[in-house]
Amino acid sequence: MILARVVATVVSTEKHPHYRGHKILVVQPTDPSGAAKGKSFLAVDGVQAGIGDLVLVVDEGGSARAVIGDESALTIRTAICGIVDRVDIAVSKEGQR
Amino acid sequence: MKLGRVIGRVVCTKKLECLEGLALLLVQPVDQDGAPAGVPLVAFDTARAGEGDLVCFESGKEAAQANPNGWFNPADAAILGVVDHVSGATP
Repeated sequence: MILARVVATVVSTEKHPHYRGHKILVVQPTDPSGAAKGKSFLAVDGVQAGIGDLVLVVDEGGSARAVIGDESALTIRTAICGIVDRVDIAVSKEGQR
Repeated sequence: MKLGRVIGRVVCTKKLECLEGLALLLVQPVDQDGAPAGVPLVAFDTARAGEGDLVCFESGKEAAQANPNGWFNPADAAILGVVDHVSGATP
């Protein structure tokens, strides 16, 4: 799983039947502190996330299909499986991670 | 999936039987604001996309699963949706 920020929603009428009824969101991967890192991509929402939320994303087909609860949706690969409340990062005595 | 812009077609007369009947489109990956993000690739179309359309495409084995000719095929990118609009992106 990776940490990412929801940055936009995608509206698509003409789409593969596997995606019908699912919300598609644009997510921007982040580092543990929440800073953007890497290229954004799309994920199916499994937890009713919204724009601005820090989320947990799975980018593996079997995991994504488990998140949405549909084993037969074989073209779905990426899904949001959690909304992150906070990330605690261990700090050493020297004040560094 | 990723966002992409259809920038062309690829015509391929001699190809594997399992790729027959599929439109092969040239897709430029873009970010949520429409700016190019990476190298163009060829994806087969399942969503009746056309040149200039903003689309969602999937890569990897999930793409092959969308092939109407059966799952056992070498396609590694498929257009799975045409995007009407992206909201929340930087205007």
